[in-house]
Parts: sequence; structure tokens; C-alpha cells
Amino acid sequence: MIPAAFDYVRAGSVDEAVRVLGERGEDAKVLAGGQSLIPLLRLRLSYPEVVVDVGRVEEMHGVREDGEHLVIGAMTTHAEVIDSDLVRTHCGLLSEATETVADPAVRHRGTFGGSLAHADPAGDLPAVALALDAEFVIAGSGGRRTVPAQGFFVDYLQTAVGADEVLVEVRLPKLGAGWGHRYEKFHRVAQSWAIVGVAAVVHRSNGSIDQARIGLTNMGPTPLRASAVEQALSGADVSGIGAAAEHAADDTSPASDLGGAADYRQHLARVLTRRAVSAAAGG
Amino acid sequence: MVHISVTVDGAQTQHDVEPRLLLVHYLRERVGKVGTPVGCDTSNCGACTVLLDGKSVKSCSVLAVQADGSEITTIEGLANGEWHPVQSAFKECHALQCGYCTPGMIMASVDLLNSNPSPSEEEIRAGLEGNLCRCTGYQNIVKAVQTAAAQGGAR
Repeated sequence: MIPAAFDYVRAGSVDEAVRVLGERGEDAKVLAGGQSLIPLLRLRLSYPEVVVDVGRVEEMHGVREDGEHLVIGAMTTHAEVIDSDLVRTHCGLLSEATETVADPAVRHRGTFGGSLAHADPAGDLPAVALALDAEFVIAGSGGRRTVPAQGFFVDYLQTAVGADEVLVEVRLPKLGAGWGHRYEKFHRVAQSWAIVGVAAVVHRSNGSIDQARIGLTNMGPTPLRASAVEQALSGADVSGIGAAAEHAADDTSPASDLGGAADYRQHLARVLTRRAVSAAAGG
Repeated sequence: MVHISVTVDGAQTQHDVEPRLLLVHYLRERVGKVGTPVGCDTSNCGACTVLLDGKSVKSCSVLAVQADGSEITTIEGLANGEWHPVQSAFKECHALQCGYCTPGMIMASVDLLNSNPSPSEEEIRAGLEGNLCRCTGYQNIVKAVQTAAAQGGAR
């Protein structure tokens, strides 16, 4: 399987990428690590006229601290995220979930930003970004703008990143003391996509849960927040987790496919949410 | 066409390539490194695994232009006068049946041992999760990696 022919531009900077996308955005695809795009090119499910490779843009690599936030360059690979002590210390959910992405060889090439911009609802990291309240810094010809996680994932494989824009970095609020986390991923065999995944961060204070954020993987065309569960958990103690988790499938519309029927996915969401929140709450 | 310069198994190579050329096809058809097979061609099986700047990658999911300026090690470049300890261990432990997955299995094992010289059985299985063996030879493959580790397989 050989991709259709395309022009190739290796961008040296964000500005250069934005300039090329401004000229040819509708016919262009941005190439990060290529672990989603190259299979699509090979299958000819995607056939852009020009591929803009941002993989070597220095500014888009690495993890840094900015006050109460961690800033992760979009081209930081999954392997680099896993190896980052900053991520493990301040956003442990991301370290934990990234370890479950695909396999080691894919994690050496695939990037945090590429996986988010690809926005596959079965991908692990979009739901994690929701649970971590991420902010997305997007560059375009008019400058840079910041989009909250709730506004980033628009539809199936569609994000707020326009055809003439590129995702530069992602800002994650640091989680301090009292926060716990867990990513529960249900899949049949190693390295396969999640049938359902649940990303949970929970804050406990004086024995009860005062804040919880829960992201759902593969429960609809976009990653979702389990808002009804979050509300039910607010002020609850650990004995209330089971009842709250019963709301995990509220307002979801998962697909029925070879991985599982929609009602099976909704069952999984409830079970995995109970497990994830219990683990995150240390209960 | 894009001009690329890549070091493959220690030898510098330069070619003009189409941007759509996959690294595995570049290695096999332009450089002649046919030791690296094309397996599933869908990034699942790992048969085409090579080391790119020392890290395992599936060469069917990398464009040759992305490898410009990099150093590639294929199965053909592992032996250094004598077999690499992982190659020897695969032979000793009979860690293959048909052999199709073997080049990728060995490259992934080398990468695993480079980052974790004495992995547990669980770590070996997790480290090789991106490589499929359809002869179901995993048991002996795990033994081979353990044997190589015991013999200082991280070289």
C-alpha cells in the first residue's frame, strides 16, 4: 500500500508552517509523528496535495513549567511524555494513560499534540485532556489563540484547529496535593484501541470528594466529560462512588461496531467509571 | 523529489526520493536491506521494526523523508563480526518457527534491552506488545530475551 503522491514541506518554524497552511490549507495535512496520518495515507483514506511536516520545529518540543501550569509542546513524543518527571509529578494521569497508548515503537514516533489534533474518539489522550482541563494553544495567520478542552473536540476527527492553523502546545493545570488519578482502559488484546476508556482525577478533602473530573474515551463521536457523575460525586464520600458511577453513560451515544454494541459500551462506561473513580479517590 | 542523507547500518547513503516513499520501501528497494520485511503494512505487526537513532520504529509508518539526517540500524547491521547476543539467543532458544516476524522481534528486543537490561517476564511481554508472531512462538521468544539479558544483551 503506497500513499498517493503529495508535495512535502518540512517546516523550520511555526511561522513557516502557518504560512504554507495559509496558502494551501484546504489541500494540506499537518504531519507530526505520522502514526495516525501515515496509515491513513497508505490506505488512501487521506490524500492531501501537500504534507507540512512540523516534526522538527524546535519550539514545539518538550515539557516545561509555567507557574501553575505544565506546557507540553505538541511534538513531544509519547515516549518523552512517559519519561518526563514533570508530567509524572504534576499530571500523573497523563503518564499513566500514555503508557497504554499503542506499543513502544509507535510511542517513539507518535506525539501528544498529533494524537489530540487527530481527535480519534477511541484515542486515549483526548479524554485525558478533558479530565485534566487542558488548554490548547493554536497558531494561525492572525496570531495565537487558546481554546479550552471543552471547545477543542468538535466532532468525529474534527477539532477547533482550522485548515490554516497548527496546534503548537497544550497547557495543563498542575494537580497538587489531595488529587488522585486513574485511567481505566478496556480492550481485548495488547496494543489495540480502547473499546471504552475512563480518565478520572479526583480531589479529596476531609474524607469526602470535593471535585472530580472524568473524561470518557469512545463513548460518542468526540471524547466526553461525564458531567452527571461529576455532579453526583461532589461532596460524596467513597461509599457514594458506586451510585454516582451509574450516571456514566448518561447523554452518551457510543457506536456499535466490532468492538462492542452501544449498550455494552454504556455498561462498560459505568463499570470502568466506578473502578477509575474508586482508584483515584484511593478508596 | 527530496534529497535525503541517511546512515544505514553504519554506511552513509544519499538518494533523491519521492516524499510518499515509506522508510521500509526505501531500505529494501533503494538501499538493498531486504532483511527488513514488509509485514502487515498496517502498523500492527512490527515485522518491519528498525532502530531510528537508536529507538525502535515501525518502518512502514515512517516516511523516508522523515528519516533524513538520521541513523538507521536494520537486522542486517546488528552482527558485528559475530552475532548480536539477541540473535544468538533467538537461535539457542528456537525463538522462531517461520521466521517472518524475527527481524522485527529481534530489533524490538534489542531496543527493550537497551533501555531495560534486565526486564521481568511481564516487562518483556509488554516491551514486545507491538510485535506479532502468528506461529504463536511467544514462549520461546520471551525465553530468548531472558537468555540474551542474562548474557548482557544490551550491547
